[in-house]
Amino acid sequence: MREERNKRGLTRRKFLVGSAVGVGVILGVGYLSRSMIRRYLAGIANTIELPYQGDTDSPSIWFEVLADNRVILHSPKVEMGQGTFTGLAQMAADELEVEMSQMVVVHAATSTGNIDPFATGGSNSISSLWIPLRELAATMREMLRGEAAKMLGVDPANLSIRSGRFLGGGRQITYGDVVSSVEEWHVPETPPLKVTADFNYIGKPVPRIDLRDKVMGMRMFGMDSIMEDMLYGAVARPVHIGARFVSVDTSIAENMPEVVRVVVEKDFAGVIAKSRVAAHQAKEALVVEWEYDDNWQTEAIEKMIRVGQGNPVEIQKDGNPEKLLSSGENIITREYTSPIGAHAQLEPNGAVALVSEEGAVIMISTQVVAITRKEIAQRLGMSEDQVNVIPTYLGGGFGRRLHTPNAVQAAVLSKAVGRPVKCFFDRKEEFQNDTFRPPTHHVLKARLDDEGRILAMEHQLSSGDVMFGSPMFPRIATPLLGADAGVWRGGMIQYGAIPNHRAVCWRVKLPFATSWWRSLGLLANTFAIECFMDELALKTGKDPAEFRLAHIEDNERGTRLKEVIRTVVEKSQYRDDILPNGRAMGLAASTDANTPCAQVVEVSLQDKEIKVHKVTCVIDPGLVINPDQVRAQCEGAIIMGLSAALYEKMEVRDSQLTPTIYGPYRMAMMRDAPREIDVVILQNDDQPGAVGEPPLGPIGAAIANALFRLTGERQRAMPVMA
Amino acid sequence: MLITFRLNGIPRRMDVDESMSLLWVIRDVLDLKGTKFGCGKAACGACTLLVDGQAVRSCSYPVKLAAGKEVTTIEGLSDGEILHPVQQAWVEEVVPQCGYCQPGFMMATVALLDQHPQPTDDDIDKSIVNICRCGTYYRMRRAIHRAAEIMSQSEKRNNL
Ligand code: FES
Ligand code: FES
Repeated sequence: MREERNKRGLTRRKFLVGSAVGVGVILGVGYLSRSMIRRYLAGIANTIELPYQGDTDSPSIWFEVLADNRVILHSPKVEMGQGTFTGLAQMAADELEVEMSQMVVVHAATSTGNIDPFATGGSNSISSLWIPLRELAATMREMLRGEAAKMLGVDPANLSIRSGRFLGGGRQITYGDVVSSVEEWHVPETPPLKVTADFNYIGKPVPRIDLRDKVMGMRMFGMDSIMEDMLYGAVARPVHIGARFVSVDTSIAENMPEVVRVVVEKDFAGVIAKSRVAAHQAKEALVVEWEYDDNWQTEAIEKMIRVGQGNPVEIQKDGNPEKLLSSGENIITREYTSPIGAHAQLEPNGAVALVSEEGAVIMISTQVVAITRKEIAQRLGMSEDQVNVIPTYLGGGFGRRLHTPNAVQAAVLSKAVGRPVKCFFDRKEEFQNDTFRPPTHHVLKARLDDEGRILAMEHQLSSGDVMFGSPMFPRIATPLLGADAGVWRGGMIQYGAIPNHRAVCWRVKLPFATSWWRSLGLLANTFAIECFMDELALKTGKDPAEFRLAHIEDNERGTRLKEVIRTVVEKSQYRDDILPNGRAMGLAASTDANTPCAQVVEVSLQDKEIKVHKVTCVIDPGLVINPDQVRAQCEGAIIMGLSAALYEKMEVRDSQLTPTIYGPYRMAMMRDAPREIDVVILQNDDQPGAVGEPPLGPIGAAIANALFRLTGERQRAMPVMA
Repeated sequence: MLITFRLNGIPRRMDVDESMSLLWVIRDVLDLKGTKFGCGKAACGACTLLVDGQAVRSCSYPVKLAAGKEVTTIEGLSDGEILHPVQQAWVEEVVPQCGYCQPGFMMATVALLDQHPQPTDDDIDKSIVNICRCGTYYRMRRAIHRAAEIMSQSEKRNNL
């Protein structure tokens, strides 16, 4: 791969067009050749390493050198808290030979041409840019070196670099000076990259690059955006599941104070006013007729999400588990469930848009810059080049912004008045129109032999969609893949040493939108599988860690998984009995996107409430760019997972998703957060891997496993209650 | 309605609709964007600021109640480039992730430390009741203790 790139030289290639289709096809190949299904699908789902799909050949659209010798990195990946800007800056600074303090990272507007045609998500921002970004930076450095050498009249090889300054022949020149005098650049072949020993910043816990702005409360989020002469918009959104817009009576809204215009389109109605408050009040006064069919309740949804209904697709198989599990002795079957979950990110969705004859400008928090641009262009009948999407910092992503059609509505409103319009959801709209984490149902089945080893195991799961229906994937991905790769994330049995095992996905189309929620199926699947492993260990009277280790293969993946489990047992001083202070411990492990993670929790009951005191988390994401940010991601994922495992649940009442406010939608608060979180990082790979999502896997199961030791009662439904 | 209050030490006089909450006056009329909107229903704390030193959820605080008072937002916390001890502690502990909830938490912390200069973990649990979806609570707790430490040190220095 690298060799090829070196030979190719740089300037030619522009964009990989139609990359999304490429992804679908790649994922589909394994399924089409049925003989390979087991290993191939297993490989993909556990090592989804999508190569970066945007430009990797043009340093000029990635970097900008300022006269004061700072370097701006125009990042096609967005910053939503995961620390990507900092990691990318570290990688670039190392190859550019500049100090971190010289690095500035900004979101690349689509007008720069530096566009990720796919998305920021899937925990792959750092890993997919690990090689390309450093090659771009190294190439940039050599471009500068070539010009500097000419200017100083020395051989490029005789120039040394210190903090963005070339030194040679007794003289020096800064990058800033070089760029201000060069007209035409020569792009060299990609130079070799630094080796680990030469890294200045990679691997170091440097502070987040956005730290100061964030503690100063700077204007940086989508919702902080303004444009001159801006008006405020609000859109009437459905409150009922599946509601379609039919018609609207605008007479009251039109006559309200400060209302500038009421806009009625074929699919929505909105108002534009002089203030946000006026816009939202007028929106409430729109009398909209909606059409919707059914009277949905939670119970009906739960009945739909059952293994055995809909279409099954086998996603993993080894040996002959069906036969061994069909009848005989020592077969154990258990069922687990997880509820509908909301994203509940703090910054609501919305955009500021300005549409004129020439084109459109959109400021927005989005994880899908390219799709947002495409959808706006299509709706306005413009070319994509006429639409400039300016991404902002995200007040949380978590998958909620992997489709932002609200940008289209803001653009349509702006077009109607020819002025900038800022249009944002309120919190109720956010909850009612979320694209939820789908509810799931799992049936786990195993057969034990006489020595207490697992002879055969099966995981069947039923879920609403995650990936299917997403605008990131072409429709063709559905028939090609058969099963939804988001649903099955974490759903395959990671205990390859069980001689007979399989996993089966049952797809259910729900009447409301479900989609990507940080870690996708991982949280629920790990909850089911790792609770079940715990139940089996207890049944056979074995130590839960030893029991797991005995069923893990000795290949590379297995070895790394074993090591995180062994390490977590040692660091947490795991024990199976109640601790002297009345707490119990619980263990669970998962592998997500090639990153194994094991966690041990210490839990007690206080006034019948489950209290998680301590979490020990061992993760092996491979080579680490910033250990402090890996820690931060683990801490955050643990708390988010704990929140989902213990408290969160959306209900459906009379076709409305509820609750629609924080509080009733109970989430972890300060008092619920573990007071001790001990993160141990292993690095058993020389490439950086996924970090943001994998540590969400084990937490739910670890808590339920601890709770069983405390109470003797097994909880098999999330949210887990004492 | 004509109203006057001091915002971050500076007297501000403006003509606003009296039904407006303090949050939207600060964000949209005065264009200070550090105070965040999360829910509009006093349920998340993203909009927390100080009115006469008390932590207030400004989304649910009618602007008319601020008349004649001292309002402090995150922008008024630092002394120019010199960070307030709470901000300093937040930097030292590298607390923010997405950052959206953070101004609200920092303002709530300023109010907490005013009441309890050396808060216990239980004090923190009781009075810091904002929501952070990124799950930065673990670092925030450390930062709150650290801020208390910085403040008591500078107090000691001032007393010398
Ligand atoms: S916005 Fe005021 S408490 Fe949520
Ligand atoms: S840092 Fe993102 S919500 Fe708190």
